[in-house]
Amino acid sequence: MSREGMDMGGEGVHAGGEGVHAARGGVRRGRKGADPGTRHASARMIGAYARGGTGTGTGTGTDLAADEVWAVEAHLEACPVCRERLAAAVGTEAPAVAALVEDVWAGLEPRLARDVPTPPRRRWSAGLSGWLTPAMVPWLVMAVGVTLTALLLDVAGRGFGDVSLVLLFAPVLPVGGVAAAWSRGLDPAYELTAAAPRAGLELVLRRTTSVLAVVVPVLLLGGWATGVTAAQWLLPCLAFTSTTLALGGLVGVPRAAAALAVLWAAVIVVPSVALGRTAVVLHSAGLPVWALVLALGTGVVIARPGAYSVLRNPR
Amino acid sequence: MMPVVSAADVAPTPYAWEIVATGLKVRVGRDRMAVDGLDLSLGTGVHGLLGPNGAGKTTLIRTLATVLRPTEGSLELLGEPAGGPGGQRALRRRVGYLPQEFGYYKRFTVREFVEYMAWLKEVPKTDVPAAVQRAVERVGLADRADQRMKTLSGGMVRRVGIAQAIVNDPAILLLDEPTVGLDPAQRLRFRELLQELGTDTCVLVSTHLVEDVAAACTDVVLFAEGRLVFQGTPDELAAAGGPEDVGDSPLERGYSALLQGDGRTGGTW
Repeated sequence: MSREGMDMGGEGVHAGGEGVHAARGGVRRGRKGADPGTRHASARMIGAYARGGTGTGTGTGTDLAADEVWAVEAHLEACPVCRERLAAAVGTEAPAVAALVEDVWAGLEPRLARDVPTPPRRRWSAGLSGWLTPAMVPWLVMAVGVTLTALLLDVAGRGFGDVSLVLLFAPVLPVGGVAAAWSRGLDPAYELTAAAPRAGLELVLRRTTSVLAVVVPVLLLGGWATGVTAAQWLLPCLAFTSTTLALGGLVGVPRAAAALAVLWAAVIVVPSVALGRTAVVLHSAGLPVWALVLALGTGVVIARPGAYSVLRNPR
Repeated sequence: MMPVVSAADVAPTPYAWEIVATGLKVRVGRDRMAVDGLDLSLGTGVHGLLGPNGAGKTTLIRTLATVLRPTEGSLELLGEPAGGPGGQRALRRRVGYLPQEFGYYKRFTVREFVEYMAWLKEVPKTDVPAAVQRAVERVGLADRADQRMKTLSGGMVRRVGIAQAIVNDPAILLLDEPTVGLDPAQRLRFRELLQELGTDTCVLVSTHLVEDVAAACTDVVLFAEGRLVFQGTPDELAAAGGPEDVGDSPLERGYSALLQGDGRTGGTW
């Protein structure tokens, strides 16, 4: 429709007289939509608009003035009721336009029907990628595999004396996934992610949560099958996760993860397996220590939220 | 129909330059100052960041993308000091960044990847599909939008990189070596896109190809060993060189003249 309405004079919308100036919801509030109390454009204006508004800008008889065209147009954008009335008016007031529209539709419809793109199958839904990156998947699969293997050995073999393998591996299981969640080497889109506004504590916690959401149920199964109480593996597991993140804020998450895993293997796993009895830290007596570590780690992570939105060890 | 203009679109900008660096120093590793006392002001337009390898171009761009913190000096982006813990998030929503090593998830389709980046950049949820489609169309990948990233050629991957950088309609666009892997025809198209973006955006393109600068940039920033050597138009760069300088084009002669005049010869290489 006509763009002449743009050079509307000082009198503005109110020059329209009947109808439009009263349609406050439509004209004043732009796109927000018409409220129930809105008055609508008159049939005369809709009809004139359907006929092409104005050719000259002088409102003679049935024509609309430029400012009226502008106001009707603004109102139509926001008001579905008036758009419907316009659609009806086009049929009676401007048969030429209606015929043209019919003609264009007739030409377009067969092509539209053919070209409709089939919506692609969502391989990785947008909701999921807010929680998990593809880089983390292999590590989570590995964690599940290790837990199930340990469980199998615990239930079937009991090859290492009293030692529960599930209990031994529980603390380090989430560490790999957490490292993959925030690592330059493991996540190809790391630099893009670190530069994004969403980077930071929130994203780190989202990803850590998804790691735990995978690891904890599997451990729960393992704990139930081997008869270990949940607190005995859950606390070390959470403590290791938070310590990895806290240390990761200083030296980079993958380095922290590797260091903690090696430390755990050297200090606890190897001696336990060699001696055939569970290390004292994994008994109920060790629980307050794990709780303290968890609290400390969480505290450090929360205190340094900026650590996850800058590059670690840039090359 | 009537264009809808929001108050944010017509609000006056409260700053003179999109990027203002004063005495900026950025340390990389233990003891190397990759950016060593830089004073620079950049406004709207396409700025070519030229310099030899190892000049600190990537470090400078990372600092501007706020993923590296300045060691000394001050940096103002869009009129706000960069590096503040609170303002950084709002600032980053208005910055587009293509890193030199553009990493992506191979199993994502082009659309999924750009959508994911739009989510990371906190583009309002209702605007994401349209913004993604627009960005993908601008880099000429609309017909490939639903193919997986691993089926794309190197040049196409680079274009996805550009699409993700512009998906949030940034006010500052930082492109680190964007023309690597583009064939000549794509490079021409890319220069057109740069000029288009440069009309209302502060675009900083790092490159070591002098001809990219000549064709697409309104402004040249010559950078060597962490310091600003020259800032001016491509014509001024060309005028700095004489017939005795090394190079095949006036711009290349100007480039080598300025780098030598600064007491920095390229050595044997």
